[in-house]
Amino acid sequence: MDAFTTHTGVGVPLRRSNVDTDQIIPAEYLKRVTRTGFEDGLFAAWRKDESFVLNSPVYANGSVLVAGPDFGTGSSREHAVWALMNWGFRVVISSRFADIFRGNSGKQGLLTAIVSQDDVELIWKYLENNPGAEITVDLVSRTVHAGEIVAPFEIDDYTRWRLLEGLDDIGLTLRHEDEVSKFEASRPTHKPVTTLA
Amino acid sequence: MAGTLAEKVWDAHVVRRAEGEPDLLYIDLHLLHEVTSPQAFDGLRLAGRRVRRPDLTLATEDHNVPTTPGPITDPVSKVQVETLRRNCEEFGVRLYPMGDADQGIVHVVGPQLGLTQPGMTVVCGDSHTSTHGAFGALAFGIGTSEVEHVLATQTLPLKPFRTLAVNVRGALPDGVTAKDVVLAVIAKIGTGGGQGYVIEYRGEAIEALSMEARMTVCNMSIEAGARAGMIAPDQTTFDYLKGRPHAPTGADWDAAVAEWTALRSDDDAVFDAEVDLDATELTPFVTWGTNPGQGLPLSESVPDPESFADESDRLAAANALAYMGLEAGTPLRDIKVDTVFVGSCTNGRIEDLRAAAAVVKGHQVADGVRMLVVPGSAKVRLQAEAEGLDTVFTEAGAEWRLPGCSMCLGMNPDTLAPGERSASTSNRNFEGRQGKGGRTHLVSPLVAAATAIRGTLSSPSDLDAPPPGELASATTGATATAGATATTGEA
Repeated sequence: MDAFTTHTGVGVPLRRSNVDTDQIIPAEYLKRVTRTGFEDGLFAAWRKDESFVLNSPVYANGSVLVAGPDFGTGSSREHAVWALMNWGFRVVISSRFADIFRGNSGKQGLLTAIVSQDDVELIWKYLENNPGAEITVDLVSRTVHAGEIVAPFEIDDYTRWRLLEGLDDIGLTLRHEDEVSKFEASRPTHKPVTTLA
Repeated sequence: MAGTLAEKVWDAHVVRRAEGEPDLLYIDLHLLHEVTSPQAFDGLRLAGRRVRRPDLTLATEDHNVPTTPGPITDPVSKVQVETLRRNCEEFGVRLYPMGDADQGIVHVVGPQLGLTQPGMTVVCGDSHTSTHGAFGALAFGIGTSEVEHVLATQTLPLKPFRTLAVNVRGALPDGVTAKDVVLAVIAKIGTGGGQGYVIEYRGEAIEALSMEARMTVCNMSIEAGARAGMIAPDQTTFDYLKGRPHAPTGADWDAAVAEWTALRSDDDAVFDAEVDLDATELTPFVTWGTNPGQGLPLSESVPDPESFADESDRLAAANALAYMGLEAGTPLRDIKVDTVFVGSCTNGRIEDLRAAAAVVKGHQVADGVRMLVVPGSAKVRLQAEAEGLDTVFTEAGAEWRLPGCSMCLGMNPDTLAPGERSASTSNRNFEGRQGKGGRTHLVSPLVAAATAIRGTLSSPSDLDAPPPGELASATTGATATAGATATTGEA
């Protein structure tokens, strides 16, 4: 995973709450066995509407998505994160994220910045008045900069540290493999195994 | 210190705890299916890693499988299923493929084999893993990176969840089911109300539920935003498990039951939040919108978006009505459907099929309505056929299918056409969930069956020969008001 410190890119205002994972990428696009190419399914249903924000050439290079509350609800599909990243997004800003989506994003290096809904409204207005404007998301200082707006964002310390360092979770866990083995040896004998005797 | 059920299970699985780091949690059972696993196996291969505990891992084919006889015709679906088969073979993971007697939806298969047991940690790359919490297991959905992590290490680094008690007090009226309970809970706390929480469902109404009904409740915890839902194990749980293929036997059984009996929240345990629901006021519940929190008692009407206090709820309701093709003020009972789907990990178990069959028996599916009945697993299908339920459904004009996820998410050929409307026993009414442009109303198996017969959203009490529980509809006035305001409320 690449380290993430700061990102500057075109902000895309998505005035929708409860953007569920079936909207981010419908099930019919989940059939690939790779981690790439999912951009074709990103917001597939909404992109059929010409007025949808991502259909505007102004946002063709959008990389910071600014969405309403409860972004990423629903399915555990990590394909939602891949689709956003395959399209070119590096950051999603919302006042509230679904837990699984936020966890998946952290693993892949997509920054989920929790910004108050009041600040989201200000950023939306700024982006709508300045279509194609760039905004900067600084993970070091945990702030979003959009024109004159400086909005703080929340992210948990551990995820921030991992993103800043670009660390792989599995590698981190395998450093403690002896502790896993020790725990395993203490498990009760009545716990089931999937292989039948 | 006093603890909740969730905290007890969590604490018993902490491999490593260090300041400033998430806990490293041991995973007792890892379930796999074809959609969220290929990239995880690929990651293992690239890093030269093995599956640490194939004996705690189990795979089944469910999301893509056709429910009509014959092979998978969609070439992309076929590749996904074949990839799972190759990966399971290469890494030594047990797989129940299409056609196997133990194949089925991953969350139906685990419990039915007796693999899901109280006090376990269970994960799967599927958000409805919360189903297994019905046994007092801590069970939750994970993403593909986490699937890879569990395959490689049998652990997951996680920050502790907060705890939310949902107390369902009193007894459920006749004709009101587990599905109505959980839809009412979600309408009350909202789709984000459970975010960051493990829900523990408690109270008389929950204790009276069968294991399968408890699974229906826990299954939809994720639709309230919660990672997991749990119910304390009791005699109902032990009776369900005893004698199942993977349940402990002999001295192990006695040791297990002794351990399981202690698995309950202490009387003085403190939850981070609590929500109360009066079971005696509940009536059949249906959704009218495009998220599972947009639901109301069946006796109500489509709400006016202007009636919502919160601006984002107002906008969400207006968008939902436009997508659903509904007008405010239309009685929910007047909504005509094209398709009825009975199945899914929410309501595809034998008791669900029995309940639907009992309503359908002696009636005909309404003209212009297609009814699909899709058992949750091959075992459920065989059991249903042994009881003659398949004949009840086919004689009524319904289609009796092979097991799989089917129309819950339409990854196989079972989809809604654009504009088509369903009454569905599944778990999500998101835009396009059951097919592009499809419109979904979430309902219980009883409501699904009655709707198939009448052609409009209905409960069994609307049929000519009303079963007990008919009077329940008389009490909906009070509940309806509560439901309508609760939709806009917070946790």
